[in-house]
Amino acid sequence: MRRALSVIAGLIAAALLWEGYKAAGDPEGTVLFGVRVLPRADDLSMPHLWTILTRLADPEMTGGRPVWIVVLDACLFTLGITAAGFLAGTVIGLVLAAAMQRFRIVERGLLPYVILSQTVPLVALAPLIAGWGGTLMPPWATVAVIAAYLAFFPVAVGMLRGLQSPSAAGAELMRSYAAGWWRTLVKLRFPSALPYLFPALRLAGAAAVVGAVVGEISTGTRGGIGRLIIEYSREATSDPAKVYTAMLGAALLGLLIAGLVSLLELPLMRHRRHVEVVTL
Amino acid sequence: MKLSRIFLASVLALTACGTADTPSTPAPGASGALTPIKLQLQWFYQAQFAGYIAAVDQGFYKEQGLDVELLEGGVDIVPQTVLATGKADYAVAWVPKALASREQGAGITDVGQIFARSGTYQVAWKDSGITKAADLAGKKVGNWGFGNEFELFAGMTKAGLDPSKDVTLVQQQFDMQALLKKEIDAAQAMSYNEYAQLLEAKNPATGQLYTADDFAIIDWKAEGSSMLQDAVWANTEKLSDPNYQAQTVKFLTATIKGWAYCRDNAEKCRDLVVAKGSKLGKSHQLWQMNEVNKLIWPAAGAGVGVIDEAAWKQTVDISLTTKNQTGDTVLKKAPEGPAYTNDYINQAIEQAKAAGVDVTGASFQAATVTLTEGGA
Repeated sequence: MRRALSVIAGLIAAALLWEGYKAAGDPEGTVLFGVRVLPRADDLSMPHLWTILTRLADPEMTGGRPVWIVVLDACLFTLGITAAGFLAGTVIGLVLAAAMQRFRIVERGLLPYVILSQTVPLVALAPLIAGWGGTLMPPWATVAVIAAYLAFFPVAVGMLRGLQSPSAAGAELMRSYAAGWWRTLVKLRFPSALPYLFPALRLAGAAAVVGAVVGEISTGTRGGIGRLIIEYSREATSDPAKVYTAMLGAALLGLLIAGLVSLLELPLMRHRRHVEVVTL
Repeated sequence: MKLSRIFLASVLALTACGTADTPSTPAPGASGALTPIKLQLQWFYQAQFAGYIAAVDQGFYKEQGLDVELLEGGVDIVPQTVLATGKADYAVAWVPKALASREQGAGITDVGQIFARSGTYQVAWKDSGITKAADLAGKKVGNWGFGNEFELFAGMTKAGLDPSKDVTLVQQQFDMQALLKKEIDAAQAMSYNEYAQLLEAKNPATGQLYTADDFAIIDWKAEGSSMLQDAVWANTEKLSDPNYQAQTVKFLTATIKGWAYCRDNAEKCRDLVVAKGSKLGKSHQLWQMNEVNKLIWPAAGAGVGVIDEAAWKQTVDISLTTKNQTGDTVLKKAPEGPAYTNDYINQAIEQAKAAGVDVTGASFQAATVTLTEGGA
């Protein structure tokens, strides 16, 4: 109850901030020494919230479906891509983390490349992966690959940290039981890694959303919210509210994914401590 | 259930990633079976590509034994690179950009110059007094960059301006808000897209849509700094293969038919584009169809798609000499090897003519399209 109230309060605060700035801000924006420090508050740059909401109810084009259905449809499509990318990325991240924990040499050899992988700009990567669409996989799957590419990283790094977290005494105890690597992993390392895993999964969820949206924009894959943003933004000149409807959809998608990931946590983390994880 | 299927597919797809590259040259037009062809477009479906869409929809490619799949573009999809790496059989690309890729090693040849004319404008407010390139002196001039800006720079240079000193250059988004908000004095616009967006926007002062009377246009065709735009590019290496040569002629023949169809049936082609799921509205697409037709028809010389030597030379000359704001030219040296050829388009024109297609459109009259708010 209290939670629901705070969510509503948050929404109201955001709405007040938007409309408040629109009322108080300079329609021409504030420019200091030739640099714009505050955005324009005119209707073209910041449409009124009710304009955006009524735009949601209006048809997309003459005789077309209402915008909110189109946006919702696109969000569901991107949700599918995000989920596929998130799951694939998580599996890859977990396997990599286990391998790096097991073999010191793998950690030494692989970890720099895992980190390096995230410095490759998507702009360079996306056209390459987009080329697989239609031949190796359906086009939407190329976007899921991009999402997975971003999502595996926090899992790999966070989980490695988690798997290495049991104290030496714990590991020695397992050894005294003549437990092998697998048993030690399952009985000792994996449970103690859970507090590290879940924050990493949240980061992975966010990364997967970004990957899916940016991947759609980059490769032009149709059907999802990323593509919708770029299509609507072409109409920003004459229909600025439309752009914001798509952005609203993308924001909702991000929240939904974050919510779903934290649901994963509930059954497993009830009695465990929470730790702050520094992934890099 | 669907999600788990998607997941499974993505895992399978991931495991398949490392295994194979794309298949090489597709099988040539065997008897009976359709040859699969991929055409890479520059952007999402819109009337700019109506001729190809119509040729698919009306079965013109099928008549030629081709099963053409259109590949939509995206922000980071470079058609000529997709073509050069063998992921498409043909690509639609602007000449200067494709030539730049060629210089970087992309083996591609212009086999059909569908757009004979350039559709790039520089648009200003009528009351600003800007009507020609020389008037841009001292103004804030928007440009798109990324190789889309060279006609503007060549035009300013030709008018005696030094683009790096005499004007303030502003990087422009792909919408026209900056001009409407008067952040810039003149904005780059395509006649068939961004310019229409201006006329679809409401003037807050009057509550009516802006009209053509509110704006002044610098047309680079009039300034003599226009460059060739949409062309069909083929893979240079494969052009030595007689099968690919024959296939290219067939492809171009059907393409000519497609564009001729859209010239004569602009509204039908508008509907085809809209049916393809374009998010741009109907009146916008009809405007675009009409403007694109103006860039193609009437076609000079033998007919549509023939590369005009003078226009090609102007494009190459500007590419070699005009510097943009970072001091770069499009090309460092003149294009080597077969950058363009009229061999296939000439054959295609003959075949199209034999089939009764009007390949020059000498009697073409542009329509007058009324835009509605938001292009709806």
